[in-house]
Amino acid sequence: MKFVVAVKQVPDTAEVRIDPERGTLIRDGVPSIMNPFDTYALEEAMKWRDELGGVVTVITMGPPQAESVLREAISMGADDAILISDRAFAGADTWATSHTLAAAVKELGDVDAVFFGKQAIDGDTAQTGPSVAASLDWPQITFIGKVRDLNKDSITAERYVETGTQVVQAELPVVLTILKDANVPRVPSLRGKMKSRKAQIPVWGLADLALTEDETGLNGSPTKVVVTATPEPRTGGQIHEGSTEELVAKLADLLLGEGSEA
Amino acid sequence: MDYMLNEDLLAIKEICIEIGEKYILPIRAELDEENKFPRDIMDVIAQSDLFTIYIPEAYGGTEMGSMALAVATEELSRYCGGVAVSYAANALGAMPIILMGSEEQKKKYLPQLASGEKLCAFALTESEAGSDAGGVKTRAIKDGDHYILNGTKQWITNGGEAQIYTVIALTDPERGARGASAFIVEEGTPGFSYGKKEDKMGIRASATRELIFEDCRIPAENLISREGFGFMVAMKTLDNSRPGVAAQAVGIAQGALDEALKYAEQRKQFGVKINSFQGLQFMLADMGTQIEAARALTFAAAGLIDSGSKNFNKVSAMAKVFASDVAMKVTVDAVQILGGYGYMKEYPVEKMMRDAKITQIYEGTNQIQRSVIAKAMIKEAKRK
Repeated sequence: MKFVVAVKQVPDTAEVRIDPERGTLIRDGVPSIMNPFDTYALEEAMKWRDELGGVVTVITMGPPQAESVLREAISMGADDAILISDRAFAGADTWATSHTLAAAVKELGDVDAVFFGKQAIDGDTAQTGPSVAASLDWPQITFIGKVRDLNKDSITAERYVETGTQVVQAELPVVLTILKDANVPRVPSLRGKMKSRKAQIPVWGLADLALTEDETGLNGSPTKVVVTATPEPRTGGQIHEGSTEELVAKLADLLLGEGSEA
Repeated sequence: MDYMLNEDLLAIKEICIEIGEKYILPIRAELDEENKFPRDIMDVIAQSDLFTIYIPEAYGGTEMGSMALAVATEELSRYCGGVAVSYAANALGAMPIILMGSEEQKKKYLPQLASGEKLCAFALTESEAGSDAGGVKTRAIKDGDHYILNGTKQWITNGGEAQIYTVIALTDPERGARGASAFIVEEGTPGFSYGKKEDKMGIRASATRELIFEDCRIPAENLISREGFGFMVAMKTLDNSRPGVAAQAVGIAQGALDEALKYAEQRKQFGVKINSFQGLQFMLADMGTQIEAARALTFAAAGLIDSGSKNFNKVSAMAKVFASDVAMKVTVDAVQILGGYGYMKEYPVEKMMRDAKITQIYEGTNQIQRSVIAKAMIKEAKRK
């Protein structure tokens, strides 16, 4: 089997602060990590590779330093990795990113399944996985909490959705997005870490993919971020004291819009 | 202090930290409370290749040496001394085979120990043979192409959890220690059973159990080295493993200091953080200094073993004595710094204090170690 896992390097949001003046993220000195949801995608792909045989190739689109998440994936057990990086890819929205990733999947050829995390913790769009499926014209199963079966022809998976669990079957090749419920990602191994240090990671640019410059990067992005703003911090509310009777009366007044102090 | 660990050693450290944070920290109190062996954590340790580091490459290992084992043991011990010894006892059990085993024995046993498919334990101690290892009573009588084992081993770390045991027994009782031999005994061999599991003060996550041999027939090819070499196998094994106990002690002490520092930063009395009081600062400074000294001595001993030196039993004993005494002192002080909270099970330092005590006792009490050190020094002085 040939599995691809698409991962993203993101700032560790647990460490990110927001510049209150400019409303932007302060990324200086913030460690970059593999998007945590992608670790479940990687584990799921490796689990089925271990069961069925085959290879897990990890891809990421990003600047040269994004290579570090690919090495991390290899230390966890991925077989190889490709960095998709080119100045022409800069400024891509999810549409252009998806086209670029889909072009890389096509370039790899004979891929059985592409695994994504359910979303990235920086953009939180959850669009890239589904959009890659659309670009490839492959079936997709999103928000997978459990893969029931995967074989050379098809996959049966449980989608955890708000209304309950949906069991969906799809033919391969397929695009999947994985929830954290699906598995417990393995700890990197010593041999994996040794291998990851030595691994040659090819870089694929625009010239390597069946794409035009207009289909990728800023040029290929129909959406633009107009403004990024921080929501007003919530203010403290009101605290009242008194007997239960007094408080109930007060609350009723407030709810009915009388005696409001705000 | 930055020891400029090479990339391999840093990789080991990172793996242990990840295992510690994700798998040990959340359940260490439960393992301690329930006297429960960390089987799942051993599986994670196996999957992360940590069982490979002391096993030669030719037999499925990564052959990274004593320093690597010390780094791993220290780092795991920071989270739980009981889990760490369950790991490190595998190295102790495998050591007789690594040091003195035949090619066939190495081929048969080491790959399954490197992969963690099977766990291992070393069995020397008996009720009347502690510091005086020459007091072993377990007999091994040759019977054709078999040996028949009879006797009881006591306080065996990983007993009942391991599948492969290296056991010291007497083949020639007349000759005392020189009549001892080392054997490999596999779980499931008829006549081999487990006795009671001990209820210990500390390192409660680790299994400590009796091994009972009643007319237990093992193939003669399970003899390690030659008849009469058992005591030498045991002593060489322990010389090699002592930096591991030292590393365990350093890790426990470091874990306790980390907790003390964290608490002293948060806790306020008389309107200020307690780490602003000089009395407490002096305690913290001494704890940190002692730990660094213990770590330096431990790494020196491990480094000496890795250098191929044959003459390391003195430094190996020094590291064990010093680091374990430091662990005891530092953990007692950590409990003191946390005060009433430190005495409560809700905080981890009382466990660390209980865990620390064993490092002064096992793999040769500190009193025996001091004898070893003094004898080596006296011998060296005579040679000059």
